[in-house]
Order: sequence, then structure tokens, then C-alpha cells
Amino acid sequence: MIQFEDVHKAYQVAGRAVPALQPTSLTIHAGEVFGIVGHSGAGKSTLVRLINLLERPTGGRIIINGEDVTGFDADDLRAFRRKVGMIFQHFNLLSSKTVEDNIAFPMKLAGVYSRAEIRSRVDELLARVGLTDHAHKYPAQLSGGQKQRVGIARALACRPSILLCDEATSALDPQTTQSVLRLLAEINRELGLTIVLITHEMDVVRRVCDRVAVMDAGKVVEMGAVTDVFLHPQHPTTRDFVFESENIDREERQQDLAHAEGRILRLTFRGESTYKPLLGQVARDSGVDFSILSGRIDHIKETPYGQLTLSLVGGDLARAMQALDAADVHVEVLR
Amino acid sequence: MDALLTNVDWTEIGWASWDTLVMVGLSLLFSVLLGLPIGVMLFLTSKRQLLEQPVVYAVLSFVVNVLRSVPFIILLIVMIPVTVMLIGTSLGVAGAIPPLVAGGAPFFARLVETSLREVDRGIIEATQAMGANVRQIIFGALLPEALPGLIAGITVTAITLVSYAAMSGVIGGGGLGDLAIRFGYQRFQTDVMIITVALLVIFVQILQMVGDRLVLYFSRR
Ligand SMILES: Nc1ncnc2c1ncn2[C@@H]1O[C@H](COP(=O)(O)OP(=O)(O)O)[C@@H](O)[C@H]1O
Ligand SMILES: [Mg+2]
Repeated sequence: MIQFEDVHKAYQVAGRAVPALQPTSLTIHAGEVFGIVGHSGAGKSTLVRLINLLERPTGGRIIINGEDVTGFDADDLRAFRRKVGMIFQHFNLLSSKTVEDNIAFPMKLAGVYSRAEIRSRVDELLARVGLTDHAHKYPAQLSGGQKQRVGIARALACRPSILLCDEATSALDPQTTQSVLRLLAEINRELGLTIVLITHEMDVVRRVCDRVAVMDAGKVVEMGAVTDVFLHPQHPTTRDFVFESENIDREERQQDLAHAEGRILRLTFRGESTYKPLLGQVARDSGVDFSILSGRIDHIKETPYGQLTLSLVGGDLARAMQALDAADVHVEVLR
Repeated sequence: MDALLTNVDWTEIGWASWDTLVMVGLSLLFSVLLGLPIGVMLFLTSKRQLLEQPVVYAVLSFVVNVLRSVPFIILLIVMIPVTVMLIGTSLGVAGAIPPLVAGGAPFFARLVETSLREVDRGIIEATQAMGANVRQIIFGALLPEALPGLIAGITVTAITLVSYAAMSGVIGGGGLGDLAIRFGYQRFQTDVMIITVALLVIFVQILQMVGDRLVLYFSRR
């Protein structure tokens, strides 16, 4: 478990303190995938780098698995860092070492593993990330996705309980991003590792995260379960991110709505209700005619969801809304 | 051919070449042994690096700059008393080595600093995040990552030392430079002059070629 208690951070720039993280309190639970979204410069990296103390906080307490890590001496800090893996946007692999030597590197640094232990652990990790055939290559000979897999294997070498990912998929193409995200989800599931994942794409959050914090100008402006934050964003920044991930142009959307007749509702289905043949039935029972203005059916992690914007004309509107409500559909009246 | 090279005593040339080799080899060895730690310290104590120490950096940097800005011919003369104190004579092959190191070590130190700066910051950070201490970061990440740059630096230093070694002939340093001055210059034996210069050129060419090959071999980027 990672707890921030009023943690804040200011950088010294030319003798002046420039705040990068406003006092922040949050809890990241053991075993969850916690996303952090925000625009460039919002303070995401700062927040994550405070967790393994690559940055020292200006104030506040950082408590990890019950211990205040800000009080650690140099030896304790190094031992602690071995239990926190980290992967990076630009991979940060050692270009002078082969794939297997890169993965073995943190174990060698730890100085507590035998040669045989390192050997077998490296083989195991190579198999896990699907790079057994590339063990003797140098990073320059690998594709971006393969490099990030090496990064992940390296981060897992000392069996950490936390994995920090700073824009780990931002330098990858969409397909590679998917496969890396799948690997991260698999690791989280099978090893019970806590993952803290920075991204500027809401889509990444939607695919793998359980909870998410949205950051803006050094502050966490919204935080909660991804299903809630993604389907019912409150803060303008969050809305921007959700719209962007759905490829929605706000102005076009407004124009479409302006042309529609009658009531405009947004329905949000979650879980099993997503697949029920509900709309036709409601329309028949209430005599309401509907047309679909926009819609999307997808998954948030494993949960299926659907979000439809409808215009409704005629019939018994109150009855229709009641029926939808009874079927666990979240109804918002847009107009 | 021999008619053209009437003054050339090949045994003498052979010995002088050997002396040059020894002077360059030994001074290069000591320049690297001294310059490497100085360069690493310069890098680590500089701004925004692991052991940022503005005062230490300023002092080290000043000393290096002074040694590098003094023309080598002056350094040769200034170093005479130090050399006598260190090894008892300022003449011959042995006497040339202290001034050569005084010129070569700071030169190499700067090249080390520059090549360490070329190492991606992210790699240092990743190593730090793995729980490495400063010693492990230096030997496990920084130096291996900078190896091609360091080898290129050693090559440039070696070539600089060849010309410095030749210059040390002026104060009786021995080797090809000494030969060139005593025979080629003072006795107007142009043929000796040409041979020694040709040998120096060949020597430099070989150094550069070997250095380039090694850089290529160790470049994994
Ligand atoms: N080492 C640093 N020194 C000075 N300012 C920094 C440093 N690192 C980050 N900042 C500043 O802090 C703010 C937050 O940066 P960062 O946490 O990297 O944001 P993000 O990861 O969300 O893009 C930015 O304004 C950035 O310029
Ligand atoms: Mg960042």
C-alpha cells in the first residue's frame, strides 16, 4: 500500500522554489493498477518519482507498506528501491549490455543472489516477456515493444511488490501498446503486483487500470474507480481526456444535438446490462420512438459498458425512464 | 635510395622509435590512470549530477584548465624541477614522462567528462532506481556506457602525446623528436628530418586506425 499524506514538491530553479506538486493525499491499494492521467507538465512524473524517492518531497509523509520511507538512511533506501521496479518511456536500457545482462543487472547490483539464481531467474523472465530467442542481442537490435519488454523483465528481476510505469507505452505504436498493456495486466493478475501507471491517454487507463487520478497543474483534480471517472467525468480536464479518447469533437457533437428532435438522453450501461435487448422492449412498452445520435460499446478493463446518446420522441417518456432505471441503466437528461 | 639517405643511421632510428614508443606508452598509461578518476570527479561534481559539489568542481576545473592552457613547450620547462624531484633527472626517456603526463592527464580528464555527459541521463536514473550506490553507478553503468567515447578519448590523447613526445626532444627528451632536432635541425641533415617525420606520421595513422576499430567494436548503439 502506498500512502501520501500532504506530500508536496517544489523544484529549485535558479534559486527559486517552483511548485510541481501541491499538497496531495492519496492511497494506492496493494495489488491494484492505479492510473495517473494529465497533460504534460501536470506533475505526474514528480508524483511517481516521489514513490521511490528519485525526488525528495519538500514536505509531507510517504508511507509504503506501513513504513515512512522519507526517513530511510542510504542503505535502507537502496534496499527499498530494489522492491520497487520502474519502467520508462524511453526504456533506459544499458546499450552496452545484452538483453540477458540488462535483466540480470539489478540482481547483480543487489549482491545477494548467486550466479545460479540469477541465471534461472533471467531465463524465467525472458520466457515471461517472450524474449527467450533474443537473450544475446543488444538493445539497439530490438524493436520498441521488445525493448519495453526487456524493461519490464528487468524491473521484475528482484521480485518487487510495486511497479512504476512512467509513460511506458507513449513511445510505442497502438498495436505494441496493446500487447505491452496486456503483459502488464497479466503481471498484475498473476503476481499480485501493485502497478502505478502514468499516461496521457485515457484509453490506456480504460484498458488496464482499476482506479485513476487525474492531475492538472500539480493537483489531483479527480480520483476514483475508472468505471466512475471514465463514464461520469466531473472535472473539465477529465472530460477533455475522455472525449479525446473517444475521438469526439465537442463542437460537432453540439451541432448534432442541436439538430435532433425531442428529449436527449445519455444512457450508460455497465456489466451484464450492456448485452440485454433492452431498448426495443422499452420502446414498445412506452410507445417512445428513439434514434441513436452516438454510441460506443467497449470494455473498461474486464467490465463491458455501453454509452448511448438518444433522442426520444412521443410516447410515455416518464415510463420509459422508469423502465431504464429499473434495468440498472444510468440515465442523464442532456436536453 | 641509400644515396639519398646518406646521413640516416637505421640503428639510431630504430632506437629512437623504440624510445618514442616507450614515452608515449608510459605517459599514456599514467595519463589515463590519473585522467580517468579526475574526469569522473569532474562529471559527478558538476551541476545536476550525482555528487554535485560546486566548489570541488570549480577547483578541479580550474587546475585542469590551467594545465591545458599552458603551451606544452612551457610546461616542459616549468616541470623540470618537479621531474628532477620525482625521478632524479629531467633528461632522456624517463625525464620526459612527468611533463607528458602533466599535459596528457588533464587533456584526457576533459575528454572523459565530455563522454560521460553523453551518457543518457535516463540510464543513470534507471540504475539509481534499481538501488545502485554511486560506485555501482560509475562502474556498472556510466563507464560501460561511455566506453566507445572513452576509447576515442584515449586515441586522441595518444596522438597528442606523440606530438608532445616529439616536442620534448627540445629539452633532451629522447626519441624521434630528439633525433629530428639534433641531426635534422642542428646539423642540417634533411634526410633524417624527413624519415623521423614520416615515422611519426605512420605512428599516428596506426594509432588512429586501431582506435577507430576499437570504438566501432564497442559501439552497441
Ligand atoms: N528536475 C526538475 N527541475 C525543475 N523543474 C522540474 C523538474 N522536473 C520537473 N519539473 C517541473 O515540474 C513540473 C511537473 O513536471 P512533471 O512531473 O515532469 O510533469 P509530467 O510528468 O506530468 O509531464 C513541470 O512544470 C516541470 O517543468
Ligand atoms: Mg512525465
